[in-house]
Amino acid sequence: MSDIGFLTARLRRGDMSATEKMWQISWSFVFWICCIASFGIAMLYSAAHGSWTPWALPQLARFGVGIGILVMIALIDIRLIMRYAYVFYFGVMVLLVIVDVKGVIGGGAQRWIDLGFINLQPSELMKAGIVLALARYFQGVSLDDIGNPLVLAIPLALVGAPFILILIQPDLGTAGVVMMGATVMMFLAGVRIWKFLTLGAAGLAAIPIAWSMLHEYQQNRVLTFLNPERDPLGAGYHILQSKIALGSGGLFGRGFMQGTQSHLNFLPERQTDFIFTMLAEELGMVGALVLLSLYVIVMIYGFAIAFRARHQFGRLLAAGITSTMFFYFFINMAMVMGLIPVVGVPLPLISYGGTALFNLMFCAGLLMNVWVHRDVQMAARGGFSDL
Amino acid sequence: MMVNRDSDWTRMFNRRAAVLAGGQAALVSALVGRLYYLQVIESDRYKMLAEDNRINMQLLPPPRGRILDRFGQPLAINQQNFRVLIVPEQAGGLPKTLDALNHIIPLSDFDRERVKKEAARKRGFLPVTVRENLTWDEMSRIQVNAPDLPGVMIDEGLTRFYPKRENAAHLLGYVAAVDEADLTGDPLLQLPGFRVGKEGIEKIYDMGLRGKAGASQVEVNAYGRVIRELERVPGEPGNDVVLTIDERIQQFAAERLGPESASVAVIDVNTGDLLALVSNPSFDANAFSRGLTTEEWKALSTNDHKPLVNKVVAGQYSPGSTFKVVVTLAALEHQVISPDQTISCSGRYNLGSYVKRCHKVHGAVNMTRAISASCDVYFYEIARRLGVDKIAAMARRLGLGEVSGIGLPGEQKGLVPTEAWKKSARNERWSPGDTLNVGIGQGDVLATPLQLAVMTARVANGSMAVKPRLVRPATGTDPESGPGAGQEEFTALGISAEHLSILKAGMFDVINGPPGATTAAAARLHFKDPDKRDWTMSGKTGTAAVRRISIAEREAGARDPEELPWHLRDNALFVAFAPSHQPKYAIAVVVDHAMGGGGKIAAPIARDIIQKVLELDPSHKPRVDDEQIASNTPAQPA
Repeated sequence: MSDIGFLTARLRRGDMSATEKMWQISWSFVFWICCIASFGIAMLYSAAHGSWTPWALPQLARFGVGIGILVMIALIDIRLIMRYAYVFYFGVMVLLVIVDVKGVIGGGAQRWIDLGFINLQPSELMKAGIVLALARYFQGVSLDDIGNPLVLAIPLALVGAPFILILIQPDLGTAGVVMMGATVMMFLAGVRIWKFLTLGAAGLAAIPIAWSMLHEYQQNRVLTFLNPERDPLGAGYHILQSKIALGSGGLFGRGFMQGTQSHLNFLPERQTDFIFTMLAEELGMVGALVLLSLYVIVMIYGFAIAFRARHQFGRLLAAGITSTMFFYFFINMAMVMGLIPVVGVPLPLISYGGTALFNLMFCAGLLMNVWVHRDVQMAARGGFSDL
Repeated sequence: MMVNRDSDWTRMFNRRAAVLAGGQAALVSALVGRLYYLQVIESDRYKMLAEDNRINMQLLPPPRGRILDRFGQPLAINQQNFRVLIVPEQAGGLPKTLDALNHIIPLSDFDRERVKKEAARKRGFLPVTVRENLTWDEMSRIQVNAPDLPGVMIDEGLTRFYPKRENAAHLLGYVAAVDEADLTGDPLLQLPGFRVGKEGIEKIYDMGLRGKAGASQVEVNAYGRVIRELERVPGEPGNDVVLTIDERIQQFAAERLGPESASVAVIDVNTGDLLALVSNPSFDANAFSRGLTTEEWKALSTNDHKPLVNKVVAGQYSPGSTFKVVVTLAALEHQVISPDQTISCSGRYNLGSYVKRCHKVHGAVNMTRAISASCDVYFYEIARRLGVDKIAAMARRLGLGEVSGIGLPGEQKGLVPTEAWKKSARNERWSPGDTLNVGIGQGDVLATPLQLAVMTARVANGSMAVKPRLVRPATGTDPESGPGAGQEEFTALGISAEHLSILKAGMFDVINGPPGATTAAAARLHFKDPDKRDWTMSGKTGTAAVRRISIAEREAGARDPEELPWHLRDNALFVAFAPSHQPKYAIAVVVDHAMGGGGKIAAPIARDIIQKVLELDPSHKPRVDDEQIASNTPAQPA
């Protein structure tokens, strides 16, 4: 306890040394993250029919880098993060525009920028970017201010711009996650419920317009979701095959690397979007529940950090990050189980893919950052009032 | 400590975050519920669907049963057929690989187009047949060049092969692709390239020869590519069919007939085993198995010697004088004449204003002489005394006028006319002139060569109602005929032995009579083997007109066949049995439109064949038993 007592003042001031911060990191949280990632690497090993290439080994390496990112982000002064939140957000916006423009010029949909070692997907980064930007915006905004409709115009613009940019890529799933992340942020910031209802109603009214703007394959996905048997060999094929693979796994599964449906290519994208199906086929409901529990543990950590943080920015950031993680895995799992339409959302920390993994480790780092800096006193607008 | 404003906000945040966490917990519960529904409640259904997904049944065609002769010599077998396949997916550029292949084995433009079309239609990993029936040489050239031919592979299958080619083609029939009409429930018939029996033995015993399909359960992936075999149920190869035919006699007879349009039937007079059943000219059944070209088909179907007709069972001929065997027995049974009583032949026979001619002036002839010299006048007279119905009754007892029961497709019944038949068939009264015609085997009476052989056998074996058979019963597919059914007891026809010996004496003289009194001296047997030197043959000639002979021609008397077009020449017939003293074999030879009568053309053929049969007579040689035949069963395919 004396340790904590000695540290308390510095925790509030936020002028801890890097070593002190290292001790503040919740290593148990990092452990759970590692558990989930190990699950993922094992499944990627299985997806390649028991081979470290082409997926498991790169994923393991990236996860190692990801741990570095997590720790690094956790150690940065939270006030710096707050200061550069908009910079990060606008940086991602620029990348999104580049991708879209490239897509238009290139004559086809493109979601990534080839950086040589990684195909960077800006839309993935926007999931964290929108949370950061909105947490920054709502820091120090009182409930009275939020009542002012004009105050809401800026966050709506902040979310609206990337939403549209991602939607036209087209990436329905990621756009949805960004929108939901923003909605959660505004809800937590104290925006009146009736305003959500109004916006929701407006959104509903916009559905016919949005529908006409959707690509045909996206329309098909929605239609197929509503009636999967509509086209069992066409658009409905993925959902049906996914359900067959998942259901045939039963309670205990077919055993690691024994999933017939996934290994015989009945399952599309078994290393990315449909990896949960393979996991559930091979490890059964038991395995799926273990993974789900790990996610829930991470969620509990996230909400605990949000409740424990002493500043609005940290609370909103932690809750927003946690919810974004939730949307990741919920949408992915609900999709492969046929609860929602097939949208390309990866399973966090499990699916193969660099950007998503880095973004998630970045998010986990932000969460840890809030935890490490939970007691730092921040000014209403700007982080360094006490310096 | 905190500012009030802040604590308001914190309370609001905590409330809302709790609501949010609760909502998320509810959604997680929904996931758990869904998992439970899919993986526990509906699991069995999805497991079943998953099996369907990944398991494919593939039929394995069984090897077709062989057809063997009585000594186990193969007449129809399955031959390895090498074909070259190409897997477009592995071929790199398909046209390029086809070009490369073309340098090694010639490919027609038609083949190339077909391969390209098929490749475009099928999935890339499914092989497309480029050419079938590769020679060994072609195959080895492809294998040597394999490194330059990506995606090209050699595959082997079984095709029907008739090693004796033309020999016995009518008898064996052939196999060909399945028609719509053949489709029954048998899934085998759906197999691409499956062949069914279309004629002959191949058709009659098709079900037994076909065998039962095996099945291979293979695991496939979503694209239908075979990953591995899970289970293999081997099919049952078809049953072999063992014929009564002796392939050597069959072959000999066919060769002896040469280019003639002719039929030969050789029958064991005691068992009914058919040792040879030849229809000439023949065709190569292998051509049907592989598929005929248009030219081949045209050549076969327009040939005036009708190679496609199995004449020995489907050809209906006027039996001519060979029918006198029937008339003789009828006359003796009904005692219209005594054997010693003579009738005077002046070369012509008057019936009212109607004049029938004999081919020669015989003078006074008794029965034996009438037979050996084939005096028509004698038979006109006894036929008149008998009336047609009594002749018909005897003809039927000897097996004429009905199908033999061997079951070959296209077999005809022939015709044994009666008064009632003419009334019902033509609505005309039977005239005495009709009876005279029947008396010498002309007019309405018709018989197939097989029936003539059966008739002769029934005379030779002491009037037992022997039935011809083509298949050894123990190995046939009839479930009722078990082992031992080979020793069939035939009913007696009740013809007196004395009458038979009178007839046989006449038939003996036909060949072996005193010089000048015979009609078929050319049919004398000549054995060098001292044991067989005494063996003789007895027979009866026949020369049947195929056209109405005009009165002017009759008066002219000249009937040189060389002056007539082929199709108007007489048919030459000869029936015989041997050895005369203890008959074992009977033969019927019919030569269509021959350059001479039965004695001149048909008798020497019969003599040569019977001589061969007697030489090969297995009395010193044990017949191949069933065990030996069973051990020849083809090996199970791997």
